[in-house]
Amino acid sequence: MSIVTVQLGQCGNQIGFEVFDALLRDSQSSHGLCCKRENEAYQASCKERFFSEEENGVPVARAVLVDMEPKVINQTLSKAAQSGRWKYGQHACFCQKQGSGNNWAYGYSVHGPRHEESIMNLIRKEVEKCDSFSGFFIIMSMAGGTGSGIGAFVTQNLQDQYSNSLKMNQIIWPYGTGEVIVQNYNSILTLSHLYRSSDALLVHENDAVHKICAKLMNIKQISFSDINQVLAHQLGSVFQPTYSAESSFHYRRNPLGDLMEHLVPHPEFKMLSVRNVPHMSENSLAYSTFTWAGLLKHLRQMLISNAKMEEGIDWHVRPPSSGLPSLGKKSLNKDLHFNTSIANLVILRGKDVQSADVEGFKDPALYTSWLEPVNAFNVWKTQRAFSKYEKSAVLVSNSQFLVKPLDMIVGKAWNMFASKAYIHQYTKFGIEEEDFLDSFTSLEQVVASYCNL
Amino acid sequence: MTQSVVVQVGQCGNQIGCCFWDLALREHAAVNQVPARSHEPPRLSARVVGDGGSISKGKICSLKARAVLIDMEEGVVNEILQGPLRDVFDTKQLITDISGSGNNWAVGHRVFGSLYQDQVLEKLRKSAEHCDCLQCFFIIHSMGGGTGSGLGTFLLKMLEDEFPEVYRFVTSIYPSGEDDVITSPYNSILAMKELNEHADCVLPIDNQSLFDIISKIDLMVNSGKLGTTVKPKSLVTSSSGALKTRHQKPFDAMNNIVANLLLNLTSSARFEGSLNMDLNEISMNLVPFPQLHYLVSSLTPLYTLTDVNIPPRRLDQMFSDAFSKDHQLLRADPKHSLYLACALMVRGNVQISDLRRNIERLKPSLQFVSWNQEGWKTSLCSIPPVGHSHSLLALANNTCVKPTFMELKERFMRLYKKKAHLHHYLQVEGMEESCFTEAVSSLSALIQEYNQLDATKNMPVQDLPRLSIAM
Repeated sequence: MSIVTVQLGQCGNQIGFEVFDALLRDSQSSHGLCCKRENEAYQASCKERFFSEEENGVPVARAVLVDMEPKVINQTLSKAAQSGRWKYGQHACFCQKQGSGNNWAYGYSVHGPRHEESIMNLIRKEVEKCDSFSGFFIIMSMAGGTGSGIGAFVTQNLQDQYSNSLKMNQIIWPYGTGEVIVQNYNSILTLSHLYRSSDALLVHENDAVHKICAKLMNIKQISFSDINQVLAHQLGSVFQPTYSAESSFHYRRNPLGDLMEHLVPHPEFKMLSVRNVPHMSENSLAYSTFTWAGLLKHLRQMLISNAKMEEGIDWHVRPPSSGLPSLGKKSLNKDLHFNTSIANLVILRGKDVQSADVEGFKDPALYTSWLEPVNAFNVWKTQRAFSKYEKSAVLVSNSQFLVKPLDMIVGKAWNMFASKAYIHQYTKFGIEEEDFLDSFTSLEQVVASYCNL
Repeated sequence: MTQSVVVQVGQCGNQIGCCFWDLALREHAAVNQVPARSHEPPRLSARVVGDGGSISKGKICSLKARAVLIDMEEGVVNEILQGPLRDVFDTKQLITDISGSGNNWAVGHRVFGSLYQDQVLEKLRKSAEHCDCLQCFFIIHSMGGGTGSGLGTFLLKMLEDEFPEVYRFVTSIYPSGEDDVITSPYNSILAMKELNEHADCVLPIDNQSLFDIISKIDLMVNSGKLGTTVKPKSLVTSSSGALKTRHQKPFDAMNNIVANLLLNLTSSARFEGSLNMDLNEISMNLVPFPQLHYLVSSLTPLYTLTDVNIPPRRLDQMFSDAFSKDHQLLRADPKHSLYLACALMVRGNVQISDLRRNIERLKPSLQFVSWNQEGWKTSLCSIPPVGHSHSLLALANNTCVKPTFMELKERFMRLYKKKAHLHHYLQVEGMEESCFTEAVSSLSALIQEYNQLDATKNMPVQDLPRLSIAM
């Protein structure tokens, strides 16, 4: 089944390009560590999901590119065409001349309705090209005006027009020390709206990915394309084909559906995060060997201690012994040391994957009490290795990972709101103080729900 | 691609404007000489320079500036039209008169305002029609004189009524204390009221700062400090490649700096980069309250060393410089005042990690208002300015503009108390003393807003109680 990707704004388009590039490069690589037939099945599945065929055999990404000003889209289209290996559809993009000015209200209330028909038409055309349609993957940032405002608007529209299809929003959480001054306002407005209309929010934090680039990849001068490539790697390791069950012989057909089913059991809890091991520069990779036991041990501790990457993990954090309430659960004032999960999904790719032991993730102490571990935890395994890593593991988690960052953003936005700074820029385009208050209320609700796990 | 129209008013405005177009063309020529890869759209600075046209062998063919030139006496505009830039300007874009405004805001605003209202409107409409998507009007003028100050601000109201969706960015040259125009305080305060009410964003600049910068450059060049030579093609200091060859006029070097400011301001909107910033984002991020739209600008590099491949240490120096008083275009002390917001617009091969490292480094020495502790807006543009490998423009919304305004008010009051020269203004039809008192109270209100913010300066940052949810 196919996924249609909608790339919104500068961030969405820059990342979208890296994602498609990473997916195709991996599927065409010869380091699969498996037999030819296996590799071909993998390639075919990846292609069906993300690309459509064109006459001359060059795969065309199943994507719609949206931006309110032309520079980034032009760049993205040309970079893809330059690669020679794949490209975007010629008519798959929608762009205007003047951006949204980092103004969520402008994106949501002005650009959105104005261009609703054109954008939805483009999306419809892309959906029609799919033989069987799995759902939407929407890539956007929270901090700006287009990705956030139009992203929220489009997601809402998708909910209305494609109520039976799934929507997963890939959201980029901005750096804590601003890229955009009004990013906190834009973020809370986006999150509160998406919580109503999206099925799952897959979050990547710029700060975390930046650290991965610095510490694990040893990049000296980190650029946005470095960051986007790390992100694309993580997403690729989630979305590339995997097997449906232990002994099945064909790849999963409904990636989005399966993900949602496993990870979003309750609509109040939609925030997902991704952690992967190992992650390092290519030079280091040549000299490293891995065992599944080692990788999984790290991954489990990353989950428990809320670590964003495999360096600097706090090994002192332990799950509470069963029967006793976990410390620091109730209020955020105490540091949330232990990360309680609602549901986890581990995807393993590579050599000897069948021997990997994931028992550590089935410990009931890791989870809330309202789901049996057998339902809360799932593992997908694939022999075929991903992107030059002989063994790789990725964890998609619905847990308290994001409570602290969310709480921080809400706090900062609230402080700014109290002084009424910048509010006139939003009311100019129809977003009133009540809309802000509504957003604050829904997000405080989300924070409280996650805290009380 | 959006377009902007430059409206240059008065002697000062037109002289700066002229420098600006010269620089814009040079940048355009330099950027388009690099063979564009076939799939890339030509990087035209088409937003400020008109459609079509090409530059061959340095000669401009059929590029037209999106500009309207207004002056109430002919000298300056005529000079422009006889100079090498004459082909760039469409004669239909000019409005001139003969007598000048006599350094009298009232004459500029009321007399010439009403006289030329229709003509100006028509020219503005024409230039707007030539634009595919008009985003911004850049008004360049001085505050101390009559035309730039009076007629320039009259235009603001007109633009607001006629083109409400188009931004109005004003570059205002404020008179320095030793200004030779006696009535400059009157003109400035009367103009300030209009700026308060009708401008989206104002970049105040004073002549003294520009003069200090030029003096320092001269000093550096002449002292022959080790390794210090001005880069040969630098747009800031050198006029080689410039079309205006007569450049020894006193204000030219100073005007060049302001022209660079405007060029860098629009660079991220014209050229590609990994983190773009359009003009509407400047207003959105840097203007937290409608009245507080005065931005202190500082520009680096103003003079560079001959190294081409600048290692990170020097790059960091660029950031430090931007926050030093030597590089500011307004005499003010932002480091000891309160930042409301700050924008960093970087050009050249600078990446996000360099930007973040420097923000972390500089943050502790700067005081930000409690509700905007991380109030940074950043942008990265890949194309550096001509002759440099990178540059940085910092725009700060900071309470340090308050002393400038207070000083201006004091100078005004000294004249006004004695009613000195008042009759020149009052004899213009429609002018009454109430115009003066209103203007002063408008300025006082503005100063008061800055005062209130300053009062919060050293208070500890408290987190306000949040909404509590019943579970």
